[in-house]
Amino acid sequence: MALPKYTEPHYRIWHYIYLIICGAVFFFLIAPLFVIFPLSFNAEEFLSFSDGMKRLDPDAFSLRWYKDMVYGTKNPWGLATKNSFIIAVFATIGSVILGTVAALGLSSRHMPYKGFIMAVLISPMIVPLIISGVAIFFFMAKAGLAATHLGIILAHIILGTPFVVITVTATLSGFDHSVTRAAASLGSNPVNTFMKITLPLILPGVISGGLFAFVTSFDEVVVVLFLAGLENTTIPIQMWTGLREQLSPTILAVATCLIILSTLILVTAELLRRRSERLRGINR
Amino acid sequence: MNSETKLILTTDGIPLEISLKKAERRNKIKAFLLVAPLLLFIIITYVFPIGNMLLRSVDDKMVTEMLPKTFKSMEKWDGQALPSEEVFESFYLDFRKLVDEKREGKLSTQLNYTKNGFKSIIKKLRRKSKSFEEGNYKEQIMAVHKRWADVEYWKAIKRRAPAYTTQKYLKGMDMFQNEEGKIVSVGEDRRIHRVLWLRTLEIAFFVTLFCFLMAYPIAHLLATLPMKYSNLLMICVLLPFWTSLLVRTASWMILLQQQGVVNDFFVWTGLVSDDNRPEMMYNKTGSYVAMTQILLPFMVLPLYSVMKTISPSLMRAGKSLGGTPFIAFWKVYFPLTIPGIGAGCLLVFILAIGYYITPALVGGASGTLISNQIAFHMKSTLDWSFASAMGLMLLSGVLAIYWIYNKIVGIDNIKLG
Repeated sequence: MALPKYTEPHYRIWHYIYLIICGAVFFFLIAPLFVIFPLSFNAEEFLSFSDGMKRLDPDAFSLRWYKDMVYGTKNPWGLATKNSFIIAVFATIGSVILGTVAALGLSSRHMPYKGFIMAVLISPMIVPLIISGVAIFFFMAKAGLAATHLGIILAHIILGTPFVVITVTATLSGFDHSVTRAAASLGSNPVNTFMKITLPLILPGVISGGLFAFVTSFDEVVVVLFLAGLENTTIPIQMWTGLREQLSPTILAVATCLIILSTLILVTAELLRRRSERLRGINR
Repeated sequence: MNSETKLILTTDGIPLEISLKKAERRNKIKAFLLVAPLLLFIIITYVFPIGNMLLRSVDDKMVTEMLPKTFKSMEKWDGQALPSEEVFESFYLDFRKLVDEKREGKLSTQLNYTKNGFKSIIKKLRRKSKSFEEGNYKEQIMAVHKRWADVEYWKAIKRRAPAYTTQKYLKGMDMFQNEEGKIVSVGEDRRIHRVLWLRTLEIAFFVTLFCFLMAYPIAHLLATLPMKYSNLLMICVLLPFWTSLLVRTASWMILLQQQGVVNDFFVWTGLVSDDNRPEMMYNKTGSYVAMTQILLPFMVLPLYSVMKTISPSLMRAGKSLGGTPFIAFWKVYFPLTIPGIGAGCLLVFILAIGYYITPALVGGASGTLISNQIAFHMKSTLDWSFASAMGLMLLSGVLAIYWIYNKIVGIDNIKLG
């Protein structure tokens, strides 16, 4: 550089401005989540910080809303939680099986019309959710599956498979196919080869695709809003109605639990990603 | 040497070329069979229903099926003077059948959409037609009400003859077909859909822009910091990404409300007075702020994955060749990040254009998007064919964006995390 003495302080100021901007953006990203924690322990029935909370008065905090969430008589959270887990678990199983099998076919170099079929398979991820919701609702209504668990599970399989297909094909792209040929030459049949050789190697991809499918189903509200009856209410639906109608701090207690759950999922997903990167690093 | 001897044979005597082709075909079928279950599932439960939306959006068979004889005899009518006795007779026959099936109410609703004033005269016709005598139906029907003698009403009936219509699409663009069959816009003050389309584009565009401006520096920081710091900061991006959309929207509702944290902060700093707290929710501001924060990770992740692959020595080389840091960045670093920018912007824009939940909760009346209108027609007015038409208009917009993106950047350049 021609003029280091002149450019250096100038550059340094730039660097600090840049760091301040980054800090502000990170704050913007993460701070909204943390406002929920203290407010969910509010002793009063408001969604804002009471004077007592600002003074850190212990009487201003309570577990009232958590008790209400669990024991509240009129509260549908129990049913919603049960439904959410049932739907998400079955939708995940369905997505993982269908998606993994399809990804195996798609990453074979013999697959005809690969680009077109891939586009069809991941289309539920590309099409805006509201359109998916309308289309799936028409199908389920015609098939007599509206307002049933099965209908919602099938809908979530549609929405979840693209993630499984993408993560598993990505994992398979770094997969050394000679190991399956080696297994075959040693007399293993294809199913056995898949279970003993392929699956353990692509497992991180399968699990992280499954996590995506689980979260998609667990969070999904647009399609469920069209499909669900009173019996099929899920956590997102209850939150949606709660946020629109009776805004009570119980929602914040639920939200806190959901944040804890998503933290657990995040940690699992990150560990898996690192493991799979490590494995792929060795393969290369 | 002739060609016969050149053929290489496999052990079972089949020429190698044929044998290889056979194996190739078997492999193709095998691969296809693996994909088939999911492909069939998606086609039946998803692709066909979207096609069904198309049919539903142009479907106008209801009136066509209610008045089959009338429309058949109307084929000969020139559409200028009053129709002939034959048309009146077949209309009477169709109408009697509808009355017997108690469906004349539906007919009057449908015809009233086309022209106001049908409801009362159909009611009257039902009452009077019970005592109709055989023959000379034209005179008898015209005697029921003077509007039945008005040719405009018969023209209105004839307009409902086709089984398919583009009317719902025109309605989605605030246009309609007037009596002469010309396509015109509705009055200035009733153009609600155009306002919504433009607002959807505007909000999607600015949310994408804000996301880009905020994501670029932090993606760069994440890509250049040493691993142990960047992993920690990455959590700030990934935790919102994995957190429920409704939880994040709820937190913005708490922050932005009038007694909320942001307003408290403004009052505390003295920016605004306590009794003059600005409305930051239930309007466009709410939609902008919440959507930007919610969609930001979708911009950061593709940018980060591209920036991670750019070697830091390129910037050093640029500087050593005499560029200032700024020129080195602009000429060397920035062009290399374009695939990431493209992927991030495409992702955020397309997610934003179809956003429903967040605008419905924090957008109020002035911050809602076209998706909210679709949901409104699905759930409240039950005008499903109109909802389908608008959905397909939105879908074709999204597909057009993909197509343009593919032309400019190439869809293969997309990198997801």
